[in-house]
Amino acid sequence: MSAEHSIAIDVKDAVKRYGSFTALKKISLSIMDNEFFTLLGPSGCGKTTLLRMIAGFEDVTEGDIFLYGQEIANLPPYQRPVNTVFQSYALFPHMTILENVGFGLEMRGKSKADARKRAGEMLEIVQLSQFSQRKPSQLSGGQQQRVALARALAPQPKVLLLDEPLSALDLKLRKAMQLELKHLQRETGITFIFVTHDQEEALTMSDRIAVMSAGELQQLGAARDIYESPRNMFVADFIGETNLLEVSVDQVVNGRAICHLGGGHELTCNQVDGIDVGSKVHMSVRPERLFISQEPTESESLKGRVLDNVFVGTDITTIIDLADGPNFTVRTSNSDRGNKRIFEPGNEVYVNMELGAARLLVD
Amino acid sequence: MAAGATGGGSIASDTYAETRNWLLMPAWLILAVLSLAPVFLMLIYSFLTKEFRGGVIWEFSLAAYDQFFFDRGLFGDEPPKIEWTYITIFWRSIWQAGAATLLSLVIGFPTAYYIATRPAHVRPIWVFLITIPYWVNLLIRTVSMKFLLRDQGPLNDLLISIGLIDSPIHIVNTDFAVQLGLFYSYLPFMVLPIYAAVERYNFALSEAAADLYANKWVTLRRVLLPSVKSGVIAGCILVFVPSLGSFLAPDLLGGAKNLMIGSLIEEQFKGNAGNWPFGAAASMILLTMVLIILMIFARQQAKAQKAEG
Amino acid sequence: MASRRYEIKAYTGFKTITLLCLFVLYAPLVVVTVYSFNASKSITIWEGLSLRWYADVFVGPESETFKLAARNSFLIAIIAATVSTTVATLASTAIVRGGQFKLRTVSFGLISLPLMVPEIVTAVATLIFFNSIALERGLLTILVAHIAFCIPFAYLPISARMQGIEDSYEQAAMDLYATRRQAFTKILLPLMMPGIISGFLLAFIVSLDDFIITNFVKGAGVETLPTAIFGAVKQGIKPNIMAISTMLLSVSIIFVTISYFVSKADNTK
Repeated sequence: MSAEHSIAIDVKDAVKRYGSFTALKKISLSIMDNEFFTLLGPSGCGKTTLLRMIAGFEDVTEGDIFLYGQEIANLPPYQRPVNTVFQSYALFPHMTILENVGFGLEMRGKSKADARKRAGEMLEIVQLSQFSQRKPSQLSGGQQQRVALARALAPQPKVLLLDEPLSALDLKLRKAMQLELKHLQRETGITFIFVTHDQEEALTMSDRIAVMSAGELQQLGAARDIYESPRNMFVADFIGETNLLEVSVDQVVNGRAICHLGGGHELTCNQVDGIDVGSKVHMSVRPERLFISQEPTESESLKGRVLDNVFVGTDITTIIDLADGPNFTVRTSNSDRGNKRIFEPGNEVYVNMELGAARLLVD
Repeated sequence: MAAGATGGGSIASDTYAETRNWLLMPAWLILAVLSLAPVFLMLIYSFLTKEFRGGVIWEFSLAAYDQFFFDRGLFGDEPPKIEWTYITIFWRSIWQAGAATLLSLVIGFPTAYYIATRPAHVRPIWVFLITIPYWVNLLIRTVSMKFLLRDQGPLNDLLISIGLIDSPIHIVNTDFAVQLGLFYSYLPFMVLPIYAAVERYNFALSEAAADLYANKWVTLRRVLLPSVKSGVIAGCILVFVPSLGSFLAPDLLGGAKNLMIGSLIEEQFKGNAGNWPFGAAASMILLTMVLIILMIFARQQAKAQKAEG
Repeated sequence: MASRRYEIKAYTGFKTITLLCLFVLYAPLVVVTVYSFNASKSITIWEGLSLRWYADVFVGPESETFKLAARNSFLIAIIAATVSTTVATLASTAIVRGGQFKLRTVSFGLISLPLMVPEIVTAVATLIFFNSIALERGLLTILVAHIAFCIPFAYLPISARMQGIEDSYEQAAMDLYATRRQAFTKILLPLMMPGIISGFLLAFIVSLDDFIITNFVKGAGVETLPTAIFGAVKQGIKPNIMAISTMLLSVSIIFVTISYFVSKADNTK
């Protein structure tokens, strides 16, 4: 029934209040069919609240939620064809993992035998068949996580909700599971709604990301767009690393803005709608878009002194201090070791960027 | 009985390890002499001969057990017939204790659950309210229950005055009154272990069940109850065992017709009509039953702990 | 449009049952208390408020019996509570702070033995014990029996409290040249006081309230308050019994409440 581009979850003006505290301040967004969608934000931003509202564990103070066009806000959780992978997994300790995975099917009316059969198939998909008679406490964290996944997918929900499911895993396992989840979403074609506070995780896995903070939606878009064109200071700072500079716009000429950084330093960058001459705004420049040189170059060049170099394996991060001005963090890849020169602290150098690298932020 | 697997709780340290034997001596002395030894003496007494004015003659005899189980002497002319009187009394006691336990469970489980799901700062108050009546003298509690339920008592007065019934409901001196009395005596023992178990329960499991299409009552049956099973069983045992050997409730609320083990035993040691060895024998049988139940329970707990380990 | 909250923890009817439960637990006590102030001689007819039955307890025809019984009860309770609390404190120190030793579990089992055995069995066994050593039944036998079964009641709050106190305080004391005994008396004991007081109060109440064991071992001439009340009840429930009952249950409730608040006091902060 779900067509290629139909809307799986439509949230319209959803507000969530707990007494005098507002957790969600009027959120509207649409999640597409067959999409890997991520809600990203720091703790307390409301992403888990929104997820639980979709699952049915929190009521909607104001607004509506639609599942493929059907209103679900008033349905109890056990009547919504939506399943959740819990952060703590919440596997039933007194049941074997086969019984766990078959539980949703039994509740939906399948006979015990049918449910167990289908559960067995699910366990094969997550490669845990040989443990089917074990209890959850006898499995490792990573295995429990896969059981939770199998259990949520077994009833073939229309949407799968994942509440920070990878947060308890160690780094290597986490990276492996990220790929597995992405793969699983592609294979099953079920819409995944993923909640995380880890921006790198979000960038790796998602088709689209909704960045949230303090109960509000900051920006919604594809991973690349959010990274390269952050809309405001929060998004620029939260996603990846960036140089955040306070600037004032001196002139606007032909779609370009000439900005003053303080201490006499000036930069030209693309103008953004809503920002005019005289505005005091923030500017974001990604460290990897900068490069260091001994002499000024044809791109935008700023003179400064090297403060420090930090070796981080794949890159070298160099911090440069502009006289009477802000500091810049420059990230240089370590790949071309022979040819790239490392500038020692104290050296006078130039920080360079191409025209499109700096981005003015609407606050 | 709610002790941890190590018995006595965790070991905080071994600061006083040197003097521990001296420290324990008073307790050992008193309890070995006054708790442990008497039980063995009781066992011995059950095999002695009764003295007519109470007490015993130190002569070995199986008369006590004989009287309990058999109609005539084991070594009489006719083959022995099973004496059902006393066995019936024991059976009735088991039945009454069971009914009281069931009543406590039906009322106590929802109560324990409700209290355990109150906000954290309110819970101790509820627990306190539930346990206070337990600390009131059992005799007074039983007497007050008797007073309340009497034919001319306030309950019947109330029911008649609001027109629900025409003549008093006869409650005292029935089986139900005894069960009610036992329930009243030991209810907190049902509530507390269940409360502790529900408090430890992870409600994310209930959410998961709801997420997987189970409604609340199915969730209760298939997810919550199995998880708090140990608390429920502990509560049942803590009500059943004291009820089995109870004396006051059957005596004051049950009347002469409904003799239970407690009354039977008590009779044997009262005044001059008593039969001490018989009373000792009946007590031994009761003690044995209780110990068997406790051992089964302890084994269940050990198994459950192992499964969770 | 708003939606209703799915209260995952709430089950219909549970609250009602809880309130019913509380009602059933307190109703008989409340009724007895109310009727103890009944001005009428008959317990069935209500005739207004009066303190006459309280007066009757103290000066009426049976007052001598009750006074003597009360004196016995309180005397025994105080002595039994004191002794059992002391014994329990020492035992608790050994079990909680004595390290792991072979008799540890057994010791704990022995201490909790009176709790697990039905009271009537304890009563019979104790009576038989006194009979076997030909000890005359009377106040002494009651006292001795009480001491034994009060020990577990005193033990529980004491050991609970002791477990909650870190041994770092005692170790600090010994680091500062205190002997083990000094560490015990100057550091551990004061910190444990709330638990000890709580244990004492519980043991006191348990002794005061005991009926079955007392009834068995008391012998013909002696009465404690519960046995006196029982004897009186057997002749029919009279209003002065309600008065005594109300007084006794008030004492119990007050002591338990004090014990509760004392045990909550945290003097390690």
